[in-house]
Amino acid sequence: MTATVTGSAPAQKVTQARVIHSEWTKLRSLRSSLFSLLVAVVFIIGFGILLPAVIAANWPPRNPADRAGFDPTSASLAGVFLAQLAIGVLGVLFITGEYATGMIRATFAAVPRRLPVLWAKAVVFAVVSLVVTVPATLIAFLIGQSLLSSKGIATDLAAPGVLRAVLGTALYLTLVGLLGLGLGALLRNTAATLSTLFGVLLVLPVIVLFLPGGWSRTVGRYLPSNAGQALTTVRPDPHALAPWTGFGLLCLYTAVVLVPAAFALRRRDS
Amino acid sequence: MIEAHGLTKRYGDKLAVDDLSFTVRPGTVTGFLGPNGAGKSTTMRMILGLDAPTSGSVTVNGKPYREHTAPLHEVGALLEARAVHTGRSAYNHLLALAQTSGIPRRRVGEVIEIVGLQDVARKRAGAFSLGMGQRLGIATALLGNPQTLVLDEPVNGLDPEGIRWIRELLKSLADQGRTVFVSSHLMSEMAQTAEHLIVVGRGRLIADTSVEQFIADASGNVVRVRTPAPDAMRSLLAGPDVVITDVDGALHVTGLSSDQIGTAAAGAGLTLLELAPQQASLEQAFMDLTHDSVEYEGVTSTAGPGEQQ
Repeated sequence: MTATVTGSAPAQKVTQARVIHSEWTKLRSLRSSLFSLLVAVVFIIGFGILLPAVIAANWPPRNPADRAGFDPTSASLAGVFLAQLAIGVLGVLFITGEYATGMIRATFAAVPRRLPVLWAKAVVFAVVSLVVTVPATLIAFLIGQSLLSSKGIATDLAAPGVLRAVLGTALYLTLVGLLGLGLGALLRNTAATLSTLFGVLLVLPVIVLFLPGGWSRTVGRYLPSNAGQALTTVRPDPHALAPWTGFGLLCLYTAVVLVPAAFALRRRDS
Repeated sequence: MIEAHGLTKRYGDKLAVDDLSFTVRPGTVTGFLGPNGAGKSTTMRMILGLDAPTSGSVTVNGKPYREHTAPLHEVGALLEARAVHTGRSAYNHLLALAQTSGIPRRRVGEVIEIVGLQDVARKRAGAFSLGMGQRLGIATALLGNPQTLVLDEPVNGLDPEGIRWIRELLKSLADQGRTVFVSSHLMSEMAQTAEHLIVVGRGRLIADTSVEQFIADASGNVVRVRTPAPDAMRSLLAGPDVVITDVDGALHVTGLSSDQIGTAAAGAGLTLLELAPQQASLEQAFMDLTHDSVEYEGVTSTAGPGEQQ
């Protein structure tokens, strides 16, 4: 027993790179994370097939305004609306799952400075999310356009703003997950974090719609979801922020959540 | 080596740990004993930097835990509430923790073998029994081959074979010169495992003593004497420092050793049916010691009519 307990190779210093390696192991070793990613891909590609197929089958629409306003890019990227639920859940659970199970204590005992854990989770999540959503949005776009091309209403990646919108969809989804991660680090509770995240992303825009007169548009464009989605459309809503301005604002919101989350993480008992 | 100085933790208006100072030395198993709610787990979380003390400080191997650059090599910990994600396999749980400190994969396999979880290492930790969960926690503690071990109630949920295994493991770790700090609320368990005791109640230090000394203090040198002639025995043994009480038809004598009593009885020609030095129950001694500091006390009405506790 003596020999085995003493065993091999002592521990070395904790570094940011090692903590990233550890967080990658954590993410890939949970069935729930693989499932969330799979669901996101199914939504993105599934709607990329479904909506263009339905539109092509019913083309041309009766209303000429619909024809004029048709945006083939957004038709093939419609899955983002549901995919953000799956990616958001993944971002939230990546941290609240540790609080719920008590794993966070083992994590912080191993990395007592704590902040490397938050940064590692953000980096691992962002990379995994992009590695999954960039190909998924590209595939959804390409399949969608090939379905629309039968009616001559397709676009391609070389058209102005299209590549930006396709990759922007992947970026938007990733930021939604990072926002969830930051909220999770702050609130430490799965249910509270999920309701906050989806309340902000999905419910708030609906509430703002009921604001009187011009308020709805003025306020609406600054909401995280509307701001971020400015990047995902080729023909933006005239009231929306410019694509990169809107996306920048979503990044700012995420930072505004992550910074106090980092302070809280260091200070609070766990 | 663990050193606490005036360690205090306050939650709202409740003092969980109250000005606790102690030293846990390497080379022996030190028991951390106290009733539930005495502040043992809080103290251990402060040792590991998980909870910040309200005042005072605690260092491990000379530094606050948070300042160690290779913490898993300094301290291995088993925390009372299971600190494992239920959806992850034991192997991946250990691997993820090992990777934070650059501990190689083969060490993960080693600790799994040490605790005997080879057959279930690839199964979800959420499906583990309490005993398997404890073994996984011990594997986690051993991962970095640490100089100091902090184990919160390690025998909880283990079967007798598992308890014996962990006792031997702790002793062998201490024999290698490591610092081993183990909490328990069971005195009998500690008496068999630990050499030194730190006893707390309501967050305060009650005793910091060796197990031997604790037992000696607790026993109080009572000798049980049974004889067909109790009255003659009473007058024979009577003396200024001798106290004799009647218990269940026998005499309990304090102030004389069994040798003295036996010699005196032989000299007087009195028959002895029983002559037995009494060891007070350790559990009773522990309860006497911590009685005033028990946080949550139930009322047991075992006393018969007319009897008083």
